[in-house]
Amino acid sequence: MNGFMKEYFRRNGMLLGWTLLFLVGFWVIMLIILPQISMLDFSFRNHLPPPEMGGPKDTYTLVNYKFLIFGAQGNEDGYNKVDLLVFLRTLIAAAFVTILDLLICYPIAYYLGQSKGGGYIRILVLLLIIPYWINEILRAFAFRIIFGDSGVINEFLMLFSIIDSPIDFIRANIALYAGLSYAYILLMIFPMYNVIESLDRNQIEAARDMGASWYMIHKRVVIPFAKPGISSGCTMVFMLSAGALAAPQILGGPSSLWFTQLIYQWFNQGGNWPQGSAYAVVLLLTCIVIVLSVMRIFKVNMGDIGK
Amino acid sequence: MSSGVGVDLQDMWIKFGDFVAVREANVNIKGGEFFSFLGPSGCGKTTILRAVSGFLEPSDGKVLIGGNDMAGKGPNERPTALIFQNLALFPLMKVWENITFSMEVRGASADERRKRADELLDMIALSGQGDKLPSELSGGQKQRVAIARALCAQPDVLLLDEPLSALDLKLRQHMRTELREIQKRVGITFIYITHDQGEALTMSDSVAVMKAGIIDQISDGKSIYDDPATAFVASFVGENNVFRGKISKIIDGQAIIDTNRTGLLRGRVSSMAQGKLSVGDDAMMFIRPEALDISEEKSASDTRIIANVRHSEFEGQSYNVFMEGSAGKEMKMALTNRGETRLYDADVELTLGYDANQAVIVPAGELASE
Repeated sequence: MNGFMKEYFRRNGMLLGWTLLFLVGFWVIMLIILPQISMLDFSFRNHLPPPEMGGPKDTYTLVNYKFLIFGAQGNEDGYNKVDLLVFLRTLIAAAFVTILDLLICYPIAYYLGQSKGGGYIRILVLLLIIPYWINEILRAFAFRIIFGDSGVINEFLMLFSIIDSPIDFIRANIALYAGLSYAYILLMIFPMYNVIESLDRNQIEAARDMGASWYMIHKRVVIPFAKPGISSGCTMVFMLSAGALAAPQILGGPSSLWFTQLIYQWFNQGGNWPQGSAYAVVLLLTCIVIVLSVMRIFKVNMGDIGK
Repeated sequence: MSSGVGVDLQDMWIKFGDFVAVREANVNIKGGEFFSFLGPSGCGKTTILRAVSGFLEPSDGKVLIGGNDMAGKGPNERPTALIFQNLALFPLMKVWENITFSMEVRGASADERRKRADELLDMIALSGQGDKLPSELSGGQKQRVAIARALCAQPDVLLLDEPLSALDLKLRQHMRTELREIQKRVGITFIYITHDQGEALTMSDSVAVMKAGIIDQISDGKSIYDDPATAFVASFVGENNVFRGKISKIIDGQAIIDTNRTGLLRGRVSSMAQGKLSVGDDAMMFIRPEALDISEEKSASDTRIIANVRHSEFEGQSYNVFMEGSAGKEMKMALTNRGETRLYDADVELTLGYDANQAVIVPAGELASE
């Protein structure tokens, strides 16, 4: 370790070396670790009016976590069914969005990665990126318009008499899933594209020469090779959809609540930061556990994801 | 053991847009033959291989394998197996899974595949290495795994695209012998692509020499070397001293050529050029460095050349003497090392002699670029 640090300073010089160390340290400690620790700290405290903070009543407690699981005191039901159901539904919906994105993006990433043509591939990639210059909230509203009662899709379907009356895409949550899937498509495509691009075309041809069908080629050659990119994309899409706020807020139907919306309500409408923190911590830890277990099942190493 | 399935290319053209990659190729490869396509990079030899394996369709003409027209058949429907230049082993599969991939595709059971893999591993002298990953093998071992993988599919024709080019010299020479032995043992047709004349000459029954999409000559290695059909073949295969000039006399099989700088020289007309040359035609005569020797006679004649030594060097099996003839004509002579030192000082005048039968005359044509 000592030798490593010496080499590091020899290569970068004292000034640049310390500047880089300071910046990275500042980034990790001040912007990531400390806020999360204070969030964790908040989640174990009582909800008190400001004058009583730091006073005798400001002790550590599990009351916020108990609330998520068992509901308010005196709740005869036993469990906080409403919030737990929202929590579960959010996770399932996020997993659904992840799988949908994977199904949509794998063929695109494969096509982009294995096409030899330089010029028009760059244009295709650019076409994928340009829509993301538009603000996320604007894009969500655009989806609301497209999927609205008198939106393009309903108008189109009615024009050709495929349906008689407009479909309520918002209530059916179709708009929400479409919006979320669309929002994170690039995060799924690019990690896969990067890996597939580095796959030697000869391997595909070799497999074909040995009589492999397209299914076999993908199952035995392309997908095992692309696994780091696939898991990296899935991790990001899952984490971000589970933590999305704008899209559920704008595109969600009246009956469907996203867990992040509950957190938002605790912080902003309820003013109950400890309760909100507890919800946020539970969401974060659950997502990490899910991602790690899925990685374990598919035998992906943490190091592969960085590739 | 297979009786050997032949491959025929009939009037085959391959074009990419306006670019003609292969022009009117007519090749008849006999079953069980080791056949090489030899040529500089970009001459279209890999394109021919891809047309035989089915990765591309000829623009015109036919590919026949065992007499059957292969038009419209994909690489997975042809009785060929291709070994890629970079081998293209599957990095995430174990060696034994790599070797038996063609069986896995056909749905063979794991036990069956494992058994066959062990047999093939024995054959390539890699017993017990089946559970390794390709990345854990050396270059030569990977090479042998690629061969085993191709043979596992029991092809009638094995296609090899410069598979030895990534190996170092010693290993390359060793693998030449090994490939030849494997070919004799399995008895199937091998089609080998290379830009290395040494590989082509040592291994092949027949060699096709290619230049810019055109096949210049097809014959056995000795004829390619000793009796080249064109100026390109003579200059591409091995080293040669070239003398340009005009034919001044033709005497049964031999000719006197009036060279631009070295006067009248006698040579043998290449058998492919017999009857095609007449007095006054532009021609080229090629003399190999090893065909030149120091002459007892000191005067010039039609098989003797006077030249001044520029420098000489020792190369192990031979001494190379670089000389300048009249009007600055550069020549190289290779003298076999028989124990005595044969280095000459600069400016020493030598008279070189040669056997007219070892000097080959062909019509003037394009030379292989250095």
